[in-house]
Formats: sequence, structure tokens, C-alpha cells
Amino acid sequence: MASLELIGVKKRYGAQEILKGIDISVEAGEFLVLVGPSGCGKSTLLNIVAGLDSATEGDVRIGGRSVKEEHPSERDIAMVFQSYALYPNMTVRQNISFGMEMRKVPKPERERAVQEVAKLLQIDHLLARKPSQLSGGQRQRVAMGRALVRKPRIFLFDEPLSNLDAQLRVDMRTEIKKLHQRLGATIVYVTHDQIEAMTLASRIAVMRGGELQQLGTPAEVYSQPANAFVAGFMGSPRMNLAPARLVEYADGPALGLALEIQSGDRLKARIPLPAQPAAVRAYAGREIIAGVRAEAIGFGGGRLNGHRRAVEASVEIIEPTGADTLAVLLVGGREFTARLGPDFPLKPGERGEFHFDLSKLVFFDPRTEQRIA
Amino acid sequence: MASAAWESPQMVKGRGSRLSRAVIYGLLGFFAFVYLLPLVVMLLTSFKPLAEIYAGNMVALPRQWTVEPWVKAWEEVCVGLLCRGIKGYFWISVKMTFFAVLISTAVGAVNGYVLTKWRFRGANLLFGFLLFGCFIPFQIVLIPMAAVLGKMGLASSTTGLVLVHVVYGLAFTTLYFRNYYAVFPDELIKAAMIDGARFWSIFFRILLPNSGPIIAVTVIWQFTNIWNDFLFGASFSTGESAPMTVALNNVVNTSTGEREYNVHMAAAMIAALPTLMVYVFGGRYFLRGLMAGSVKG
Repeated sequence: MASLELIGVKKRYGAQEILKGIDISVEAGEFLVLVGPSGCGKSTLLNIVAGLDSATEGDVRIGGRSVKEEHPSERDIAMVFQSYALYPNMTVRQNISFGMEMRKVPKPERERAVQEVAKLLQIDHLLARKPSQLSGGQRQRVAMGRALVRKPRIFLFDEPLSNLDAQLRVDMRTEIKKLHQRLGATIVYVTHDQIEAMTLASRIAVMRGGELQQLGTPAEVYSQPANAFVAGFMGSPRMNLAPARLVEYADGPALGLALEIQSGDRLKARIPLPAQPAAVRAYAGREIIAGVRAEAIGFGGGRLNGHRRAVEASVEIIEPTGADTLAVLLVGGREFTARLGPDFPLKPGERGEFHFDLSKLVFFDPRTEQRIA
Repeated sequence: MASAAWESPQMVKGRGSRLSRAVIYGLLGFFAFVYLLPLVVMLLTSFKPLAEIYAGNMVALPRQWTVEPWVKAWEEVCVGLLCRGIKGYFWISVKMTFFAVLISTAVGAVNGYVLTKWRFRGANLLFGFLLFGCFIPFQIVLIPMAAVLGKMGLASSTTGLVLVHVVYGLAFTTLYFRNYYAVFPDELIKAAMIDGARFWSIFFRILLPNSGPIIAVTVIWQFTNIWNDFLFGASFSTGESAPMTVALNNVVNTSTGEREYNVHMAAAMIAALPTLMVYVFGGRYFLRGLMAGSVKG
């Protein structure tokens, strides 16, 4: 178990810049998830940590010491690959002990370590089999066993669950989390699945186009996204982002702000806002992007107050998921997805009064897409 | 999958399929017969006494079976001026083929490994040049090769022939292994690197054990070409250092005495047996290997 520091890591292939200066530091025992759309550089970054790829600029430190010049095998790391990368010609036992064999660990010791890990992962009955005789989930376990057996300082996971079917993926996700809690290991985990990122991470690094967009706890990334990209990428359904206008609005004696949403010549929606910080007030009279999570929109029940406002909307589409119902609403001609109760009574085409929880509202600059705060 | 769908039990057989089937099998049978006829004639002739050959017809079964021609071909037929049979030349061919196949396959495997998994600047260019070697006809390299062998003091030696065949075969073996390893998953190499394996241990422990089909293809291909080669053998060997194919030619093309067709046929059969054996026992690996990599999964 060790800390990991990435300092100004850049990667260029010819003129193409894959990583544009990444700074991340991970404390010992932390579970860092690198998440982003494909091509964002997250796998390249992981390969640089592993030593399978080299950084053009910058430094990688494990346990405070630079490992930039060290061969992957000297970095004391273990990696779980998307394809599992089990050696097809070896049995499960040989697969797990290959790394120790290469390090010239004596045979009895190897066997003891294999047994221990096999028991932990419940694969002890599979040790004599070849990878081709295993199911997807079993291969996944063996791949994890191969990583665990060496007790490395850092575990690297490269999209380890994306080849599994949906049900198994959820189960293995839970197992990985349990494993992390039991071992307290430092883990760097790459995925494009933001649900995996949210459920597993102690901190999430959201990446796009070779740049770090935001580094924070799942809660921070979810409710205080640094920019419109993070807001749209994290969460399912994604955060509603609507171009809107911030206007001054006489709310009784005090002068407040209101949000005007209008698309084309559709009916304009005007939503009075609660008190806003100075940074937001500075945008009065200008265009902004308003972001609101699906669960901040409700229907019926609950009392209206300064933070909860009633908004007229028509229902476009209804998607029942069982536990709740997702409804696509039209507000001022813009689409908003709301997460509502399973007993939502309206049908597509009908109008109704919905409640917007405005304390969860976030604003982004339409040009820079950065959050205004 | 095409072969499985071809005759599935559920397939609806249209009208007239019986007739077309009969035509297909008839044609197949006919061509198989045409292809097999020379072999049959050779075998029958090699088991007949000479008198019977001059008297009777070629495809008739021997009235009197004899292995005499085979023994004579092996032990005492005259090759050029020496009458000690073809056995010495057979062993030269075995030695030459064994080492040439072994070396060219091994080097081709390492070449393919480096060209795909340890890519360096100019790797593709180098591979391009190597491929070029596949298209150079034998005849073009004869004179330069003779000069090189002479300078190296390997003229007219089996070692020299092994060298020639290794050099000429490398283009092909490299091509086979490169294409096979190009689709070999890189993640396995990465996993092995993290596990602490280096250049040679990755090659011997990970790549080679998973190369069965392509090794079979390469060995069969090289074996057949080298064993059957006549031109290099005739050009770079003399007298007693000649390989089997050259010796066979010297046996058959003698212009003195009566032609012992039965002995000639037996000698030709002996010359052809090793390649026949390789195909009989390795043929299915050959097909499997040729298909490997062309179809995913």
C-alpha cells in the first residue's frame, strides 16, 4: 500500500497531445477512479503509471519515490486488464503464480500464496483448469487473484468489468468494493462507466481530451460539477442542462433573480430564484446554462417555499424503471428529465405542475462552460 | 460456419437435388481418380519385376509382388558412377531439411515476435524488405549465392545448403509468424511484463506455447519446399554431397543399360514419402493454422 503522485504528466505521439499535463495525488489506501469518454487518455495515464507507456514530460511517484525510470516489474504494482489477459497455455494455478515464479519465489511459498488468494476469491476448486474452461466471471476472479497474490503497493484496474454481462458486473463491483475495504489497498481504476465510478471511488478524476476536468469525491463531482461536461457526464440520467437567461425580477419588496427558459417561439417559462451568490448575480441580464438534476424535479406533495417553486410543464415521454419513473418534461420548449415516483399519474401530452428544488440548481458560463460559483 | 450450414439436417432439399448430388459426386470421383492415377501407377510399377513391366500394361496389378526394386533403390542403384543406392543421399536430405527447417522456423518466430511486440522505428519498412524476399525467384539468387558460399568456404557442403535454405525461407517464416503474432493480444504481453517476464521469458513462456498452429504451418511449408528443392541442390552441391532430389535425377537420367522403371519408381516413392507423411499427419494442423487469424473467435 503506497501513495501515488502524478506530476504534470504529458504524453505526445508526434504532434498529437494525448495527455495535456495531469496532476493527481492519491493517498495510500485511496480508491481513485479515472473516468471519461473513450479517447480521453485515461488508459494511457494508467499505462504510464504501470510503466507500460512512458510519459513525454512529468513524473510518476509511488510512495514518494520517482519510478519514471523503472521497468513495470520493478514498480511493485499489479494490473487487471479488460480482457483479463490470462495466459491461455497455463492453468489457473500457473497463471496466478507466474509473477512469483519470475521473481524466483521458492515453490512452497508460491503454493501457499496461491492457496490463500484462491480461498479469498473462492476459486480454489478451479486451480487445475485452463482459462478456456472458465466462465467470464471466473476468469475475472483469476485475473484479480493474479494481481492480489503479489500484495503490490498499488492495484491498477483497466476497465475490468466491461466484458461481463450486466448482472455479473454489478456483483463483481460489490466484490471489488468489499476487497478494497478488507485490504485497504491503493487502487487506481479506469472505467468509462460513470455508475462504476460513483459506486467504487473514494475520489473520482473526470477526464476529457487529455485534460483533468475535475478531481473530487463522488458527492462533489455529482452535486458540484466543475463544468458542464462533468455535469452532463456523471449521473444517470444525466444532469439537465438548459440554455437560459438570468433576468432581474421584482419579488415583493426585494429585487431578485429569475430564470427565463425559452426555445424558439415556444411559451416562455419564468422561474423566480432564491437568493444567489454574487458570482451568479453578476450574470444578471445575460445568457447562462442552468443545470438541474432529475431528482430535484418532483410532482405533487411537499410544500412550496423559497427553494421549491412550482413550474408548469407538459409531459413528453414516460420511462418507468420500476423503482421510479423517468419523465421527459417540456419547460419553455426545453427538455428536462425528472425522476418521479412509480405512481406518477400523468400521461404523455398532459400538462401539470412540477416542483423544482432550486437549492440544487447550478449555473455554467455558456462560453467557458465552467460552473459559476 | 459455412460448412456447418451446408448440410444441416433442417435444410430443405429442393427437387432435383438428388440428381445434382449425383453429378457432383460423379465429378469429384472422376477428378480424384485422375489425380490418384500417377501415384497408383508408380506404386504398382515399383512392386513389379522388370520383365512384367516390359511385357504388360501399366495399370495392371503385379502378377508377382516383389520388394526387390525398393531394396535395390535403397542399397545398390547407381547414382552417377557410384552404385551404393540412394540411402546416403536420403540422409543428406534429412539432415539438411531438419536443420534448415529448425533454424528458419526459429528465426522467423523471433522476427515475428520483434516485429509485432517490440516495434521499433522502421519496423514496417524492414518487414516490407523482408516480404520482398518472398517474390524473388530462385534463379536470380543463384550466382550471387554461389559467390557468397565460395567466399565462406561452404561450397558443395550440406552446411552451405542449409544456409541457403534458411536465408531463402526467412522471408516466408517471418511473414507467417508476424501475421500470427500481430493478432496475438498485446495485453498478455503487458501482463507478463508486469509479472516480471523479460524479452526471452515472454517469448518462450507466453508466445511460443500459444503458437502451435503457426509452427505447424511453417514447418510443413518449409519442410516441403526444402525437401523437394532441386535447383539449389543441383547448383550448390556435387557428387556425394547432393540431396535426395538431385540423386533421384541422376538415377533416372542415366543413359546406359536398360531402364529399370521399377527401381526408378521405388526411388521416387522413397523421395516423396517424407512430404507425404508430413501432409498425412500434419495436414489438419496446416489447414487450422492457415485459418487461424483469418477468422475471429
